[in-house]
Amino acid sequence: MEQSATSSLLRLTGITKAYPGVLANDAVDLSIRAGEIQALLGENGAGKSTLVKVVYGLLQADAGGIRWRGQSVDIESPAHARQLGIAMVFQHFSLFDSLSVLENVALGMGIDADAALAKRIVTVSERYGLPLEPARSVYTLSVGERQRIEIVRCLLQAPKLLIMDEPTSVLTPAEVDTLFATLRRLAGEGVAILYISHKLDEIRALCDSATILRGGRRVAEADPARATAHDLARLMMGDAVQLGDQAADARGEADAGAGVVSAPRSARLGQASPQPLAARGPVRLATRSLDLPADAPDGQALHGIDLSVAAGELVGIAGVAGNGQDELLAALAGERLASLAAQVWLDEVPIGHRGPGERRRSGLCAVPEERLGHGAVPELSLSENALLTAHHRAPVARRGPLFDRRAAQAFAEKIIERFDVRCDGPGSLAASLSGGNLQKFVVGREILQSPGVLVVSQPTWGVDAGAAATIHRALRALAAEGAAVLLISQDLDELMSLCDRIGALCAGRLSAFYATRDVDVRQVGLLMGGAATLEAVA
Amino acid sequence: MRLERRAAPSAAMVWGAPLIALALTLSAGCLLFALLGVSVPGALHAFFIEPVTTRYGLGELGVKAAPLIMIGVALSIGFRAQVWNIGAEGQLIVGAIAGGSVALALYEVQGWYVLPAMAAGGLAGGMAWAAIPAFLKVRFNANEILTSLMLTYIAALALSFLVSGPLRDPDGFNFPESRLFHDAALLPRLWSGTRLHLGAAVALAVVIAGWVLLSRTLLGFALRVQGQAPRAARHAGFRSSTLTWFSLLAGGAMAGLAGLFEVAGPIGQLLPSISPGYGFTAIIVAFLGRLHPVGVLFAGLIMALSYLGGESAQITLGLPLAVTGVFQGMLLFFLLATDVLIRYRVRLGATR
Repeated sequence: MEQSATSSLLRLTGITKAYPGVLANDAVDLSIRAGEIQALLGENGAGKSTLVKVVYGLLQADAGGIRWRGQSVDIESPAHARQLGIAMVFQHFSLFDSLSVLENVALGMGIDADAALAKRIVTVSERYGLPLEPARSVYTLSVGERQRIEIVRCLLQAPKLLIMDEPTSVLTPAEVDTLFATLRRLAGEGVAILYISHKLDEIRALCDSATILRGGRRVAEADPARATAHDLARLMMGDAVQLGDQAADARGEADAGAGVVSAPRSARLGQASPQPLAARGPVRLATRSLDLPADAPDGQALHGIDLSVAAGELVGIAGVAGNGQDELLAALAGERLASLAAQVWLDEVPIGHRGPGERRRSGLCAVPEERLGHGAVPELSLSENALLTAHHRAPVARRGPLFDRRAAQAFAEKIIERFDVRCDGPGSLAASLSGGNLQKFVVGREILQSPGVLVVSQPTWGVDAGAAATIHRALRALAAEGAAVLLISQDLDELMSLCDRIGALCAGRLSAFYATRDVDVRQVGLLMGGAATLEAVA
Repeated sequence: MRLERRAAPSAAMVWGAPLIALALTLSAGCLLFALLGVSVPGALHAFFIEPVTTRYGLGELGVKAAPLIMIGVALSIGFRAQVWNIGAEGQLIVGAIAGGSVALALYEVQGWYVLPAMAAGGLAGGMAWAAIPAFLKVRFNANEILTSLMLTYIAALALSFLVSGPLRDPDGFNFPESRLFHDAALLPRLWSGTRLHLGAAVALAVVIAGWVLLSRTLLGFALRVQGQAPRAARHAGFRSSTLTWFSLLAGGAMAGLAGLFEVAGPIGQLLPSISPGYGFTAIIVAFLGRLHPVGVLFAGLIMALSYLGGESAQITLGLPLAVTGVFQGMLLFFLLATDVLIRYRVRLGATR
């Protein structure tokens, strides 16, 4: 894999970057050729983001050198990086919802939003199979379409190196396939692609080579075509990790050639029939014809949502982002109240008019999709973030106006320990944690409150395989103890491997639910696309 | 020279920024004095030292600082929750009107209950005035900055009307003033030979109460979460309408009580103008004190000194009273500018 300095497009030697308390990159070497798709693989906090931020000029390395096309360079800003021909698509998009595609592209490039630019957008987007209408407002677009804007914005600048930070975490299987075709085409034209991910099967399907980081150090280079997913996972997480977990296996053994989504299940269309209720226990959470108007111009109204989750059951709701997931979570968590109390039931009590605090005290906890600013407050410590939702329930709850700081701290410490949250202790700010670690904290905070009903949205979004396995195990254990768990997710692998029953949300309407063992990914895809039942399309 | 974003907000700069702002204000002040042709050391002495060299001066410092601190603490609580009550001056005036009216209604009534009744009037008046923007905000999502500010001018005109009409002293030769309050309606003095009154002790109690509220109670926690992440507050079950009501009513209550203390303390009657802008200056005090009750205590003393210094500079140096406003304005200006240092650091030298 080693290239000489002259043939590599970008060559990093001994990149070191320290943050207070953490050595994020420790003498990392990396080299990438033109036309190469290289994976940058590692757990949360392994230093992937830091490394690419150094390359993109967002951070300055404390030590180490960068050679770009054989020349030693000092990349001092993103503008400089773009000038050199380095472009980056971030995990979180920087788009203005109320502006059009054209205006967003123009703003990102610092040029005028004129007809010539619109024409270039159309040309580039058609050439790479990324259809975009320049005049559309961004808020009307799906997440996949938004990502296209970011990619097209990069391509317009004819980059030589394209950095993609976990681009598939928000895409549907079909969108992933389109993206991969585009990336392969770009590589064929000589563009080098540095692809950050921790989805092992994706990397095996797409990448020519892989650099693996662990704890800020480069631990290995691997050939993803030859290495098994199991090998990659072992390199990424170290030998200490047992891969006996079912979820990790499901991910690891997935057939790489067929793209991302492929579950080891046989298609049995026709045998599947809507599953009224598993006979596992009493219904703990239910909604009856729940309607909810959209509360923002880009919001999604909910229409006639009927669902029920029994004790001990894990029920999954699939769907592409923006189809009412946020609204459903808000309606179940009590952030938005139903118009009738009898539209939401908890343990056979109508709770449609109860707020989030009352619902929590009655045993219904929730994890929203967005961690920063919704599930957690960035500028508060982990102790205070533990208090945020746990003050309603034992052991943190306390009578009277004062809160119990020690109980909150002890609870935060328990979450940190049980969910292996990497941080400087309960005093560290939520914002200082990497996304995956904060996710572990937020999910752990709710699970450790031993709720009777847990509604959780995207529990493993941006979380590495090891942490995802921890979260999945905890969700299963919670259900095994008799809780009802409702899992709203865009990750089909996750839903298929975890849930007893599965349905899908599309345009604010919920499909029928099916026993997960009776359906395959393609059938769930039909439900995600708006089929109310499988019989309707069979 | 360029600004570079810090990895984490600097804790040192949270408190360093106001000190730098003070230093910059002093430097700009010296420049101003020099331009005005007065001796800089003499002016500084007159402005900052002379007012606190006497016992009476120290007492005056407490008299001026008490309302600033009371209101500043209450505003800090609201500002933490991003509730921008800019109309404390109006709430102060209505509190003074309500409490003062109680004093006039109980004219020459002797009894321990007169002052508590007046204080209750002051609290109720201020809260009622603050309830208007609170209601408009919660019910119609009307911007409380505008509504509370506009209500200030209504309050000022109402006071002017009342002391020229219904509350005018019948034996006052038609001057727009109320009767002088009788002794049972005047605040007890804390320090003989000065005008330092009970309000200073109340202000200290308010500092402690504010501190406990913000750092130890669930309500204070909810206010902080609401300010930093409203969606997280809703997720945690904190009601934004409750927090908005509390923030505005707390500000109104403290401003109203401070207004009552002014008329029952140093002034002793209702006049067309009863405050040199304490309600507005308290906004600067709140930010200078980093929205922290203990910080507000010190910031209140500094701003009180600027009032005294302005008067002293007027007397000794013949400078216009506007110099007080200039100093206060510069302080806020520099504070807002130096606050950038909390999140950014200054790098000297050319870019690499």
